[in-house]
This record gives sequence, C-alpha cells and structure tokens, in this order.
Amino acid sequence: MAIIQSNECISPDIYKMSVTFSGTVLPGQFFMLRAWDKDPLLSRPISVHDYVPGKVTFLYQVVGKGTKILAKLKTGDNVEIQGPYGNGFPEITGDLCVVGGGIGVAPLYYLVKHYKEKKPNGNCRVYLGFRENAYCVEAYEAIADEVILDIGGIITNQLRVQPDEVVMTCGPEIMMASVAKTVPLENVVYVSMEAHMACGIGACLGCTCETKSGNKKVCKDGPVFLREEVFYV
Amino acid sequence: MSNCLETKFNDILFKNPVIPASGTFGFGREYEAFYDLNKLGGLCSKGLTLEPKSGNRGIRLWETPAGLMNSIGLENPGVDAFIKNEWPHLKDIDTVTIINVGGKDEESYLTAIKKLNAIDAKLIELNISCPNVKAGGMAYGIKAATAGEITKKVVAISRHPVMVKLSPNGEAIADIAKACEEAGAQGISLINTLQGMAIDYKKKAVVFDNLYAGLSGPAVKPIALRMTHQVCQAVRIPVMAMGGISNWEDALEFIMAGATCIQVGTMNFNNPLAPIEMIEGLEAYCQKEGLANISEIRGII
Ligand SMILES: Cc1cc2nc3c(=O)[nH]c(=O)nc-3n(C[C@H](O)[C@H](O)[C@H](O)COP(=O)(O)OP(=O)(O)OC[C@H]3O[C@@H](n4cnc5c(N)ncnc54)[C@H](O)[C@@H]3O)c2cc1C
Ligand SMILES: Cc1cc2nc3c(=O)[nH]c(=O)nc-3n(C[C@H](O)[C@H](O)[C@H](O)COP(=O)(O)O)c2cc1C
Ligand code: FES
Repeated sequence: MAIIQSNECISPDIYKMSVTFSGTVLPGQFFMLRAWDKDPLLSRPISVHDYVPGKVTFLYQVVGKGTKILAKLKTGDNVEIQGPYGNGFPEITGDLCVVGGGIGVAPLYYLVKHYKEKKPNGNCRVYLGFRENAYCVEAYEAIADEVILDIGGIITNQLRVQPDEVVMTCGPEIMMASVAKTVPLENVVYVSMEAHMACGIGACLGCTCETKSGNKKVCKDGPVFLREEVFYV
Repeated sequence: MSNCLETKFNDILFKNPVIPASGTFGFGREYEAFYDLNKLGGLCSKGLTLEPKSGNRGIRLWETPAGLMNSIGLENPGVDAFIKNEWPHLKDIDTVTIINVGGKDEESYLTAIKKLNAIDAKLIELNISCPNVKAGGMAYGIKAATAGEITKKVVAISRHPVMVKLSPNGEAIADIAKACEEAGAQGISLINTLQGMAIDYKKKAVVFDNLYAGLSGPAVKPIALRMTHQVCQAVRIPVMAMGGISNWEDALEFIMAGATCIQVGTMNFNNPLAPIEMIEGLEAYCQKEGLANISEIRGII
C-alpha cells in the first residue's frame, strides 16, 4: 500500500500523482495500480513518470473507469502499487533522442533525467507531440538539451535523427510505427509497447505482442522492445 | 497448524481445498514472488497441447462489469517443452500438481496424455471446454456423447487419474458429467469460461479476432454455483468447482454445494494473494464453527 503525497490535474484530463515507494525503479518500467476492491476487477498499468528515492510519480490520462477513480484520490489516501514490472529502457553510451506522443510522454521524463544523471555530457533531444493541449513541456526543457514541440500536427514529420543517436519512443502505435519507418536503419530504436493486461507478471498470456522471434509478453519481456523485433515487416 | 482443511479427492490428499486455476497461474513461478507455493492445496498448469501453440491474435483481454473476457487461445509451449523446462521446477513444489491438457483432435489428446505418462503428476485435468480454439477444445465438451467418448479413450491410456473439465456452454451439464463418470473419469471440474461477445462501438467492430471469447470472474459465480450443485447431485466422483470464486465465503458456498475442492482463476489478477487469503479464511471459519474438518459442511445444500 502506498500513500499519496499529491495528485493534481495539470491539463484537461491529465493528472500527476506522487506516492511513497521504498524500492528502486528503472526508466520505462511500470506499476499495476488499484485504489478499489473488486470493481473494476483489474489493476491498471501505469508507467513511472519520475522517481526519487522514497517517491514515485505517475502521469496519467483519465480515459475510463479506473483512471477516473485514480483522479479522485486525495493526498493521504492509499493506493495499491504492484511493481515495478517490465524490462525498462536500456542504458546507452551514445546520444539520446526521445520521441513522445500524447500520454506516451509519461515514461520519457524519468528516462531523460536518468540519462542525464548518468551521462552529464551526453546530448539529449526530445520530440513531443500533442493533439490539443501540451503538458510537461517545461519540465522536459529543464533537463533536456533541446525540446521540439508539435501541437495538432504529426511530430514524426519534424523528426531528424543524428547518426550517433539512439532513439527511444512511446506513444500511439501509429506514431511509433512511423518512427520505426523513418529513422535510418543505422540508428538503434527502442519502442515501448502497450497491451491490455490482467496479471502484469507474465502468468496470464493476455498481453502478447507478436515479434520477429515469436510471441513476447509486454508485461515481462517488454514493454520496451527493439524496433526490428516489433516493426519488422 | 490444524489440519481442518485436509481434503481427499479420491485417494489424493490435498493440504487444503484451494487450487489456482489453469491459465491464470502460468506454471506457478510468477506467483513465487508473492507467497510460498507450498501453502497451496494444489496448483493447476496452463492448458498444454501436444504441439506448441501461439494462441490467438489481436486483443486477448477485455474487462467487463465484475468480469473478464479472454481469448488467449491456449498459447502454450507444448507438452515436450513443458516436461523439459517447467516440470523439473514444478515437481519440487510440495503441493498437488494438476496438469491441464487440451487438444485439437482425438489423436493429439491421446498422444499428449501418453507423453505425460512419463512424469509423476498427481492428476490430469482434461480440458474439453476451451471456448477460444477453433479445432477441438469445447467441441468435445458440449455434448454428453462426445465428452464420454474422449474421456473413455483418455482414461484407458492415462497412467494418471483423469478429471474432466466441463464447459458451461453445452447440453445440460449434469448429463455431460454423468457421461464422463460412466466413461471412467475419476473427477469432474467445472466451469470453464462462458462464451460471450464484445463489440467496440467506437470502432464499429468486434473486440476479439476470434469473434467470441470466454467470460470469467465474479460475474459468472451464480451460474457456476448452480452448475456445481447440479453436477454434485448427479455424480459420485469428486468435483472441483470454480467460476468467480473471489473470497473464502464464496469458496465455502461451493463446498456447501458439494464441491470437494475449489479453484481460483480470475481473482489471482485482482489480488495475487487471493488463494492464500481463502485458505486462511476457511481455516478461521472451521475454528470458529468448531469443525474438525471442512468435510463436515460439504454438500449440506
Ligand atoms: C505498460 C503500460 C504503461 C502505461 N503507462 C501509462 C501512463 O504512464 N499513463 C497513462 O495515462 N496511461 C498509461 N497506460 C495506459 C493505461 O494503462 C490505460 O489508459 C488504463 O488502463 C485505462 O484504464 P481505465 O479504467 O481508465 O479505462 P477503461 O477503458 O475503462 O479500461 C478498461 C480495461 O481496458 C484496459 N485498457 C484500456 N486502455 C488501455 C490502454 N491504452 N493500454 C492498456 N490497457 C488499457 C484497462 O486496463 C482495463 O482493463 C499504460 C499502459 C501500459 C500497458
Ligand atoms: C486468462 C485465462 C486463461 C485461461 N486458460 C485456461 C486454460 O488454459 N485451460 C483451462 O482449462 N481453463 C483456462 N481458463 C479458465 C479458468 O481455468 C477457469 O475455468 C475460469 O476462468 C472460471 O474461473 P474464474 O471465474 O475463477 O476465473 C482460463 C481463464 C482465464 C481468465
Ligand atoms: S499481463 Fe498477464 S502475461 Fe502480461
């Protein structure tokens, strides 16, 4: 059981929630959240948006029953957080280019922060695409070397990747597919996939993602995969 | 610890009557992070088939009010890989291991069963009730005649006792249970998932590539309880019941309806500790009611 330290609306239907947490987390990992008993039945997978020892922060969009309940929680309330689960984004040696679309920007903040902590001289560029309202842009500007923003357009149209950059992306599948297609094959690209989940730990086989090397579980083998594993056609 | 929950399923001794259900518990490993699997009465494997199966494409899970629809399609590594990679680990757990077996035709069922004769499992759960595969699966389980036929052939060649897992989607379930009993089944388990359908109105399309899918979870409990009662009235062989069991009170109701053991499926996703909490709850109930053994209230309804 985690205790909520803050839970605030930062943009229409977008909430940022910080909770107590005593373990450690890697960028790109997620937790299974619940603040209810049996209705709804399942926990909700939410990525780590930020982490400092003792505290993990989530950024989530209200879309249905579960996230509506999460949005009503107040400071001091309890929330069950199971995790962290999943492989997370790998550590890299080169420069980093991240591409986020919509609520897919959520896991990229801790990714960039972690990268900059490990590699203060590394260069990190961030592309953020939103349909209507942008959020978290200033937070990214504070930690990244460059932020390229697009509202209402197609972020991948602006994407220019440097030869030595590793690309990491999270967002609508159609956006990630376009990233996978436009970034030169010489660049390494990692994508963070989404799937409906029941267990979150690899037991139900409900979150399958078809890859070049057969079925993989998004919850356990992912959510982060190499581009060529997932977008291989 | 008292042994008020010790339960005999024919001559198989279970520490307690609580068993995670097939397909919701992998091969056990994942739940070792939550508790000691030795505490479980038993453990039921993911449905195995002769050949490896990659399962269904597209969305596989869809939440419903108090329920879950799944269309996994029996994804599994196949019997050979199971024996090689999973069994060495499973066999060392001090609990009754149940091997769930599916198939696409008679031959694939029988060959899988023969291969499993090589290991020392305690019980086979013959899955003739999976609604999510095109060939075999539920086709055998919805008619008493075909259920009886396949059961007879499997029982004849299996070194292990065979419990037949029934579908709620077919003919009167008590008739199917009776046919399996007459064919030599040593137990009945029920229910597998109820066939349902989901449409995503926003996409103007069906949710599942396979069109229909299996419904489980608390939503199905009253149906599962009724069917358990009907089957328990109809057969003498022991019954392992499941369908929406979400706490020890539910478990107790199924036992009162006549079930010897109960299985926990979907609730493992809601609360990974659900089986353990049920064991503790049932134990406390026996103590409070002064029951020397849970069997004293079995089948009182
Ligand atoms: C690994 C991973 C990380 C995620 N990280 C974030 C995040 O940081 N912030 C955020 O806002 N969202 C994130 N999501 C999506 C988030 O899980 C869903 O938006 C959420 O489950 C919706 O729940 P609901 O009850 O509000 O919606 P409902 O539509 O009522 O949910 C019904 C069911 O469908 C599932 N579901 C619905 N939409 C999705 C979806 N897009 N992905 C997976 N399952 C879904 C729900 O979990 C639930 O079981 C992530 C998903 C995954 C798989
Ligand atoms: C994700 C999932 C996978 C399942 N896989 C199998 C399976 O491989 N073999 C089988 O006999 N039953 C399978 N089932 C059915 C369950 O074992 C059980 O019969 C059913 O879910 C009803 O119980 P519950 O309401 O407690 O979940 C599966 C159920 C779910 C939810
Ligand atoms: S959510 Fe159950 S296997 Fe991934």
